[in-house]
Amino acid sequence: MSKINRIKSSFIDTTKEINFVFNGKKYKGFKGDTLSSALLANDVKLIGRSFKYHRPRGIVSHGSEEPNGLVEVICDHYNEPNTKITTVELYEGLKAKSQNCWPSVKYDLMSINDKLSKFISAGFYYKTFMWPSSFWEKIYEPLIRKAAGLGSLSLSNFSRNSEKGFLHCDVLIIGSGPAGLVSTYIAGLSGVRVILVEEDFIYGGSLNNEVFHISDMPAQDWVKSILKNLDKLPNVRLMKKTTVIGMFDHGIYGAIEKNKHKKIEQIFWKITTKKALLCSGSTERILPFQNNDLPGIMLSGSIRSYVNRWGINNLQKVLLFTNNDDAYLTAKNLIENGINCIGIVDTRNNPKKTGYKLKIYKGSQVINAFGKLNLKGVNIINKEGKITYLECDYLGVSGGWNPNIHISCHTGVKPEWNQQILAFTPGRNNISTHLKAAGSASGKFTLNGCFADAESKIKNILNELKVKPKKYVIPKFNRDKYNIDPFWFVEHGSQRKWVDFQNDVTIKDIEIAYDENFRSVEHLKRYTTLGMGTDQGKTSNVTGLAILAKLSKKSIPEVGTTVFRPPYIPLSLDAVVGPQIGKNLKPIRLTPTHNWAKANGASFTESGLWLRAEWYSKKSEKKWRESVDREVISVRNSVGFCDVSTLGKIDIQGRDAQDFINKIYSNGFAKLPIGKVRYGLMLREDGIVMDDGTTARMSENHFIMTTTTINAESVYRHLEFCHQCLWPKMDVHLISTTDAWAQIAIAGPNSRKVISKILDKEFDISNEKFPFMSCKELTICGGINARLFRISFSGELAYELSLPTQYASSFVSHLMKVGKEENIIPYGTEALGVMRIEKGHAAGAELNGTISALNLNMEKMVSSQKDSIGMILSKREGLCLPGGLRLIGLKPINPNNQLISGSHLFNENENRSPENDLGYVTSSCYSPTLKSFIALAFLKNGTRRYGQKINVSNPILKNETMAEICNPIFVDPNGDRLRG
Amino acid sequence: MNEFIYYGDASLLKRPKWDNKNAEDKFYKYLYLRKNIAGIHKELWFHQQGDRSWLIVTRNTKNHEIIRVELATEVVKGLDK
Repeated sequence: MSKINRIKSSFIDTTKEINFVFNGKKYKGFKGDTLSSALLANDVKLIGRSFKYHRPRGIVSHGSEEPNGLVEVICDHYNEPNTKITTVELYEGLKAKSQNCWPSVKYDLMSINDKLSKFISAGFYYKTFMWPSSFWEKIYEPLIRKAAGLGSLSLSNFSRNSEKGFLHCDVLIIGSGPAGLVSTYIAGLSGVRVILVEEDFIYGGSLNNEVFHISDMPAQDWVKSILKNLDKLPNVRLMKKTTVIGMFDHGIYGAIEKNKHKKIEQIFWKITTKKALLCSGSTERILPFQNNDLPGIMLSGSIRSYVNRWGINNLQKVLLFTNNDDAYLTAKNLIENGINCIGIVDTRNNPKKTGYKLKIYKGSQVINAFGKLNLKGVNIINKEGKITYLECDYLGVSGGWNPNIHISCHTGVKPEWNQQILAFTPGRNNISTHLKAAGSASGKFTLNGCFADAESKIKNILNELKVKPKKYVIPKFNRDKYNIDPFWFVEHGSQRKWVDFQNDVTIKDIEIAYDENFRSVEHLKRYTTLGMGTDQGKTSNVTGLAILAKLSKKSIPEVGTTVFRPPYIPLSLDAVVGPQIGKNLKPIRLTPTHNWAKANGASFTESGLWLRAEWYSKKSEKKWRESVDREVISVRNSVGFCDVSTLGKIDIQGRDAQDFINKIYSNGFAKLPIGKVRYGLMLREDGIVMDDGTTARMSENHFIMTTTTINAESVYRHLEFCHQCLWPKMDVHLISTTDAWAQIAIAGPNSRKVISKILDKEFDISNEKFPFMSCKELTICGGINARLFRISFSGELAYELSLPTQYASSFVSHLMKVGKEENIIPYGTEALGVMRIEKGHAAGAELNGTISALNLNMEKMVSSQKDSIGMILSKREGLCLPGGLRLIGLKPINPNNQLISGSHLFNENENRSPENDLGYVTSSCYSPTLKSFIALAFLKNGTRRYGQKINVSNPILKNETMAEICNPIFVDPNGDRLRG
Repeated sequence: MNEFIYYGDASLLKRPKWDNKNAEDKFYKYLYLRKNIAGIHKELWFHQQGDRSWLIVTRNTKNHEIIRVELATEVVKGLDK
């Protein structure tokens, strides 16, 4: 069980115990712990199994660079796989389990892969699963899917509370280490708006791993004092638990804030800034040698961090292996805390001089590690080739440091090689104008260097912003120079040496890739999967490049580097989606009569963003068709009304309004009299039909255009384009009035009778005074402004009445009362659809973006006597083929056989194959008027085939029906009813 | 939903005359032939969730730098002069 005895650390509160469960076992940690520090304190070294070979793996690092420590965190409603234990702040009741192992992390059956490693080295997928190709889908892929993949999804449909946020600032500082804090403070004092983001749950960055003094006070006290000062600055916003995941164009940065126990668990921030300073620090590198992946082998700096920050003291015998000076600081801190550091294996012949007692194996290398599930000891070799076994339970490795340059590459800027620190730094000359890097992120590996660099870079930025920097004396700190040996990996030995732990890539794999001529960095990466894990090779990339450089006898900069892409850390999709899920995905638009319809038995259907009443069920009606059939028959026999407010309404005014509309519609609009409505056909410039509708001329310079519901926005945009971009000199003013005016269709032989009852007395709508295609502004119900259009979608005597939206609901109630005598009924979109199919009107299913005027039998509606959008290209040969598709009607031979939309049309005696395809069904319904199923379809040469039979075939639904080709206008083809 | 909607190459402003000779060929070129510029590019944007103006945006396609934004109406009036 847990050990209370930790070294005293200001970050760990040993009075506050936290209980947690790992792999079903209970443990205790303290406030301030991460899951990884708490597990280490509890002597849990084995965390998971590796991706490919299922090798036992333990904690390597202490931050988001962690390649091994991936677990599944078990929450109440979901599990979160691939969680880095080094980044999980410990909380009461936390539950987590290992990944990639079965039945348990200790006895993992898939570890057989490790024994088979010869057969599954680099490129094994490409080689093994090649043939026969029929095996791929049924055998190989399911097999690989089962075995591969990191972690697994819980498949719960629970969604966390995620938000999206937007922030603006002058300077964004990424990282709150020494460089980040100093630059934030200078920028803050100078008065610009600063945002400081920190990935960790405390500020301070690398300073939190150290126990040295800054300006004569412990580093942590210095951090506290500067934070206190920052808190007083209202122009500075500090954001912890927030990670910048990417830099995008125009100074936009994405950042993810995670707050496990807050009401909103994660916020995806879009930060727009004038300038940014990357103070993201650096990450230590590993050194590959045989079996260097055993649990217990960690990064040297991370061991130091676990001791200093988290007070871990249950390390028995620690050995360090280094090619640089940094490991000496680890040794010093271990010794100061009474932990047994058995020595430093230094690849250099002239290692750093120390002022304290420490065994140094100079010019030596660790060549092999021993132990089954965790480290028991290592073999080291000295210059003379003498091999010595050293017993140890932890080995701290330092292969040098890589600046965390990832963000600086996101806009495509290549990093530069710095030979002094043997690492890539952000490209200086062509770095994005928004971003600079400071501190160890720009290769300054001494604290003094960090402070000085931060000061100069932030002053630079302030100058660019034309702000005078306020004076601030940067802290004094004496620290040694950073010295590193260009030593990349241990050559001794033939067993596997691990480069990328997470993707199980060894030196051997890189050699295979090289031998097989995958020699460019990008090829190497994809062939071996080096650096392609969730850690993006933060600890392994440069080491891999060094090995490739050695193989190809080139320098590392000659070999080049792959470009880092966003996101910097794994980003879950629910964070990107935010709250826009389910019903929040898009706004819902309700019609003005929605509540009335709901109270009167309507069911609703989605039409774009709108919810529209599809039919009104009576209690006696068990099936939807009963309701729809009744509604159609009621309209055709007496009268009904339907809310058609969703149709787009565009108010067009101006001296040139008529000429403008004449250019928009392909048919003639130049001589539309005042008080008249005309059907208009609108083409795209490529000659395809865009939309149709009616346009009414209310007065000399005032027109009202209607569009289909779906195209309301795009037609309005098109009109604005035509006006602003093509004919800006025309005196035309456009505004969408879709929401301002409700529109109610009142249809049926008794519609005139009903409307007469609501019109104010002075208005006469007799057939003589107000014939078909008339329009008029008038008043109803005692003074309410309204517009009446005598237009018909149903084919009956019909009107559409426009009135201000706010009256619509009470208007339809009133309509029900006054139409009682005529048995007026409300009807929904389904009955509306049935009646329009019966009348052969094209709608969305026909205007599908491939259809020309000719296809709709409307070729005569494209006037070649005037300029209109799409006229010229509608005359293209391909759109005017004599045998082209034509809109026709279909009646099944057996009236009870449904014709399915999407079915294709074939001559009965021909094979059902694409070359014999003659067209397709667009809309179908049951017509209660004809007591038969009917359909609209496009058929090649269709208008010449009326009366012939055709096969309506739907191979997907295995349905074949014979139908008769007919005029698409099934009901009242001469239009006597609508003119009556 | 986005504040701006991208439409395409600003060459769409130069619509051919319908009664020209070879109008069909000219319209074909106008509508379908585009230069794929690596560098300074003029393009059309619509301020849909705003003042509903059509804009000519001059953008460097290499680094997405926005160099200039003009009202389409002004640009077209200038073209006609």
